[in-house]
Amino acid sequence: MKRRVFLKKSLIGGAMALTAGYGLLRSVVATALEWPKTVFDQETEADAVKALFGDTPVVESADVVIKAPLQAENGAVVPIKVTTERADAESIAIMVEKNPVPYITSVNLGQGSSGFYSARIKMGETSKVSCYVKAGNEVLMAAQEIKVTVGGCGG
Amino acid sequence: MAFATKMKLRKIGDGHDVLCLVKHPMETGLRKDQKTGEVIPAHYIEIMTFTLNGNTVAEAILGQGVSKDPLTGIHMVGAKAGDTVAVAWSDNKGESGGAETTVQ
Repeated sequence: MKRRVFLKKSLIGGAMALTAGYGLLRSVVATALEWPKTVFDQETEADAVKALFGDTPVVESADVVIKAPLQAENGAVVPIKVTTERADAESIAIMVEKNPVPYITSVNLGQGSSGFYSARIKMGETSKVSCYVKAGNEVLMAAQEIKVTVGGCGG
Repeated sequence: MAFATKMKLRKIGDGHDVLCLVKHPMETGLRKDQKTGEVIPAHYIEIMTFTLNGNTVAEAILGQGVSKDPLTGIHMVGAKAGDTVAVAWSDNKGESGGAETTVQ
């Protein structure tokens, strides 16, 4: 996502919403951003990263901090929090390596939001969860293994 | 069908954490009905937009992998008392919803 285009669209959306009210705000904003079907169609994490970030090399970085449980008793609800101190962070994406659809969710950060994103995700089985932060011309990542206990009885 | 949307602001550090909870089934399209064996069609939120006084602050892209009744959060900076914070979402079946609140 190009930051400039995103901001420009946001401004248009905002200006129209101010004049037309809440109902139009929804429809204007909803069409401003296309749902990235090509990224969701990828069956491996590597392909999804490529579809999302192109050829930009991915570097592991301590600037990306994941706060998530080491073990999740219920794979249907796994809370993930991603924080980055990078002021130029543009987007944050969460991927689960072994899910049928590895690309889970992402957020595009515009003016007025800082590097934080939290979501509750589904996990089919124990897997590596990776969080990617696009900042400037770089893609930073951090990963954590989350153990999923089927049956919910612990252990 | 309307889905209840709730929003909560929490003052943290230099800004606010904005949390949004939607009562939404978030069906993956992979699950089968246990009685009939038929696949339950996919139904999930695709886009969620957070705005401050009508200006987009963040846009979240969601998919099948997000939990039922999704709770998403971002950190907003620069919101002052009296400002309007709103969230709007749309799903793959063309349904939409939203909520708004005023900064205290």
